[in-house]
Amino acid sequence: MSILVIAEHDNASIKAGTLNTLAAAQAIGGDIDLLVVGSGCAAAAEAGAKLAGVSKVRVADAAHYADGGAENVAALVVANASGYTHILAAASTSGKNVMPRVAAQLDVAQISEIVTVVSADTFRRPIYAGNAIATVQSADPVKVITVRTTGFDAVAETGGSGSVEALDAAADTGLTKLVNRELTKSERPELGAAGIIVSGGRGLGSGENYHSLLEPLADKLNAALGASRAAVDAGYVPNDYQVGQTGKIVAPQLYVAIGISGAIQHLAGMKDSKVIVAINKDEEAPIFQVADYGLVADLFEAVPALTAALG
Amino acid sequence: MKILVPVKRVVDYNVKVRVKADASGVDIANVKMSMNPFDEIAVEEAVRLKEAGVATEVIAVSCGVAQCQETLRTAMAIGADRGILVQTDEELQPLAVAKLLKSLVDKEGPQLVILGKQAIDDDANQTGQMLAALLNLPQATFASKVAIADGKATVTREIDGGLETLSMSLPAIVTTDLRLNEPRYATLPNIMKAKKKPLETVTPADLGVDVAPRLKTLKVEEPPKRSAGVKVADVAELVAKLKNEAKVI
Repeated sequence: MSILVIAEHDNASIKAGTLNTLAAAQAIGGDIDLLVVGSGCAAAAEAGAKLAGVSKVRVADAAHYADGGAENVAALVVANASGYTHILAAASTSGKNVMPRVAAQLDVAQISEIVTVVSADTFRRPIYAGNAIATVQSADPVKVITVRTTGFDAVAETGGSGSVEALDAAADTGLTKLVNRELTKSERPELGAAGIIVSGGRGLGSGENYHSLLEPLADKLNAALGASRAAVDAGYVPNDYQVGQTGKIVAPQLYVAIGISGAIQHLAGMKDSKVIVAINKDEEAPIFQVADYGLVADLFEAVPALTAALG
Repeated sequence: MKILVPVKRVVDYNVKVRVKADASGVDIANVKMSMNPFDEIAVEEAVRLKEAGVATEVIAVSCGVAQCQETLRTAMAIGADRGILVQTDEELQPLAVAKLLKSLVDKEGPQLVILGKQAIDDDANQTGQMLAALLNLPQATFASKVAIADGKATVTREIDGGLETLSMSLPAIVTTDLRLNEPRYATLPNIMKAKKKPLETVTPADLGVDVAPRLKTLKVEEPPKRSAGVKVADVAELVAKLKNEAKVI
């Protein structure tokens, strides 16, 4: 077996989701190459070579890869796909954007968001917002796969000694142009990689309340901040805070759901968390059905008290 | 310009699905079926572009069983002008649907195809990207804003960490995220009108597409159940439990 993992990076370092993706590749077994596509990404490639399990880093460094556009990245992956039995990427917005394009160009199916490797051609993946788990088998010559990162424990960031090889860039497709990118600036841990997440819902009532109540608590816990779809739709916080079926899928050590009722679409995004705490004044709220510790209380009193109690 | 909008018939998002006892799939007999919510957003966006004078015709397409006609009628009640059903009883996977759509794009020549970013049944999130690949067209997935002017689409996308805006020449493929718009409710007069709109039926064979599934589903199981824990009386007890029992803080 020969596996190509597409790295997610910021040119300087490799993002956390790639470590989980490498773990999925190790579960399949075989030689693992890491593809680093970017512009001025030599440092990321060096970091990639140190990751556990990577035999070779293949780097394509060109100006037209700066934006990570799906058209150009997919064209490069397809041009270098020969010889690989599996091509993997994290099921991030970037992986989800690029990989189906790769699969279609190779005329193979994509296997989305695997959570378990059963064998080299058989995988388990959630369907219906995680209300069912399907075991699927692929007969295609190349398996194009996105990996749900919460399904696999990250490999070590150090200890590897992969070689680094430069790849020729593919021609610029020129199909899309990046006009603008607005990334939410935050000193907090990244939602997908955080050990603790404090998440708020419509029960908070306003964006002001969200910030004034949840930020001090998140500071105390060194937690990432998340939100339900209702809170995002109501404009309390930006879209990238959303946890759920169509937002981010998270599985931290501790998930604190505050003023979140617990629609199945939200539960789909967080029910694999190790410990779930729910604070909600409605004791019938479905969130309590998955919470390890439920506190039926007015969040406007309970949250400041919790923040204070954590000293 | 024409806009093509593929719509999928799925189990309604309010239905809690049950896995069949023989693990062959989920039970969809006698459950409410609806248009995939992301596709509803796609139809709404296309209809708004027509109302704004940007588009001249909105064509809804559905691939699947005969009952997908209902899904097409729903799209036409929102405002699509006509429908095309690619009828088959076979299981359709995203690559097969993308190939069917490609053949319809080749035939109809739309400048824009707007799809839902994922269907809430298989949660695959593939078809739009695959269609873009097969047509070698630009793609803008997870759109929260779409503007069309001077033969170009400017699309704001929801990405991990925030938003980005892409510009691309038409024709192009767009997939919708939740915040692109809020679909309207179809009014009774529009539901009645939709019944009279043209609906054409073709088969995968008519389009010359092999739709044989590439992935075989071996079994479908319930996820591990998470049992409800305990209710704590107050914040002090909660903190004590988290420190001493769960040991997570």
